[in-house]
Amino acid sequence: MITLSGVTKRHPGGQEAVRRLDLSVARGEFVLLTGHSGAGKSTVLKLMAGIERPTEGTVTVSGQDLGTIRSGALPYLRRNLGLVFQDHKLLLDRSVFDNVALPLRIAGFPGADIGKRVRAALDRVGLLDRERGDPVTLSGGEQQRVCIARAIVHRPAVVLADEPTANLDEAYALEIVGLFRRLHEVGVTLVVSTHSPTAFGDARVREVALRQGILVRSGEARA
Amino acid sequence: MSRLLREHGLAFQDALRRLGGQFVAAFLNLLVIGIALSLPLAMYVVLGNVSDFSRQAAAEPQLTLFLRPDADATVARNIESRLKGHAAIGRYQFVAKAVALEDLKKAAGLSGIVEELGRNPLPDAYVVTGRPDGAEALEALRSEAATWPGVDHAQLDTLWARQVEAVIRGGRTVVVILGSLLGVALVAITFNTIRLQILGRREEIEVSKLIGATNAFIRRPFLYLGTLQGLIGACIAWGLVMFAVGVLERELGVAASLIAQDGVLRRLDIRDTIALAVLAGGLGWFGAWLSVTLHLRRFEPV
Ligand SMILES: Nc1ncnc2c1ncn2[C@@H]1O[C@H](COP(=O)(O)OP(=O)(O)O)[C@@H](O)[C@H]1O
Ligand SMILES: [Mg+2]
Repeated sequence: MITLSGVTKRHPGGQEAVRRLDLSVARGEFVLLTGHSGAGKSTVLKLMAGIERPTEGTVTVSGQDLGTIRSGALPYLRRNLGLVFQDHKLLLDRSVFDNVALPLRIAGFPGADIGKRVRAALDRVGLLDRERGDPVTLSGGEQQRVCIARAIVHRPAVVLADEPTANLDEAYALEIVGLFRRLHEVGVTLVVSTHSPTAFGDARVREVALRQGILVRSGEARA
Repeated sequence: MSRLLREHGLAFQDALRRLGGQFVAAFLNLLVIGIALSLPLAMYVVLGNVSDFSRQAAAEPQLTLFLRPDADATVARNIESRLKGHAAIGRYQFVAKAVALEDLKKAAGLSGIVEELGRNPLPDAYVVTGRPDGAEALEALRSEAATWPGVDHAQLDTLWARQVEAVIRGGRTVVVILGSLLGVALVAITFNTIRLQILGRREEIEVSKLIGATNAFIRRPFLYLGTLQGLIGACIAWGLVMFAVGVLERELGVAASLIAQDGVLRRLDIRDTIALAVLAGGLGWFGAWLSVTLHLRRFEPV
């Protein structure tokens, strides 16, 4: 599903965020990217979403090389991804509902469908009652959950989540982990980064550990 | 198909919301565009009226031979026999002084003044109409007829009409130049409006691209906004000019009936209106397109 081969990402500052990384994520796999802050987790996820371009090596998603993909085809590839950003990237000038509806509007869903799907997604993150709310009035954890709702509302085949549980209380973190598990069960491919893998408990995940941009462990799927 | 329609519908709604969202700024912009467009438009309408008037005169060059006050029927017959069979002449008509006076009373509503004169100051006359484009032959006839016995004065009506035509041609050139300049201004104003809109919606554009928006999807509301701005500006210009013609007509009163039949001045007709809408809308679209194309590059390659 997603393959990084020999990928190095060097930022203009000269620092290498990721060094000669080989990583392959199979369809339906649940991969947990672990490592300390600065290990390169966000960079790996951005490379997978085509947000960053590798300095060396190739990134392939659904058989398409992101280095050579037509710029016109990239949006359609992204519609199969659900992205949870570390900094949420919510639009503060519109309601929670409209934020979550954005991927559906972009993909051209009809209006009636949009209402149903948005409410279903908000329900799954426990924020159905905040539908009309203003994102500015939400706590960090609530904003995080809105971002998760936006990532799953269009039922993407792949979810790439960057520290989705970082701002959450333990109870909510468990709920989100439960949500990811259910997505995994219905065949969604997940790559989730975290600096606290224990929150994921006994989920059947494959842990991939990074340290200073280098892959230090690429485990098997836990049973 | 229905999906494309829906997406255009959404983009259009979005553009309307943006216009309404910053009402004062949007309104001032529209006013500037409307006033700018109304200048060449007003000139175009004025020229249209003057040109209608002069074309009537120039298409049928007329020579009027005013007879001496003491000219009798014999003299008149003499003149008529000279006119008959003259090559330059299309047709001619004798206008008796009494008839001329009646016409004058009717045409300009001057009956009161005419009554006060007590006597008829007008002479008998022959009104000679030349062949189409026979203005030069008629000019030759004018010199000749001026020497005929019984002819007091021979007056050719085409010269001033041709001069007016020349002025109108010059005026048209000015309209085209002025229109082009203000068209460029319209593009520039729209370009800047859209630039500010893009800056204000940076995050939205960025996030939208990250979750799969195509460039066309991102462009669309801005293109609608530019087009709408041009169209509404055109509506304002249209309203201003139509209003101004109405005022002018009322101010001119009697004089308006000398320029136009029934005293109704020429206004913007349906063809002018469509042309104005297409031009202004098109220029607005173009300004928006330039701006979006230029400024969205900054969001690449994300
Ligand atoms: N845009 C950037 N410019 C320069 N350095 C960057 C940039 N983004 C990330 N880095 C550096 O790359 C390394 C990896 O960052 P990141 O992928 O965000 O790590 P993590 O998400 O694991 O905390 C860090 O040392 C960070 O400082
Ligand atoms: Mg990070």
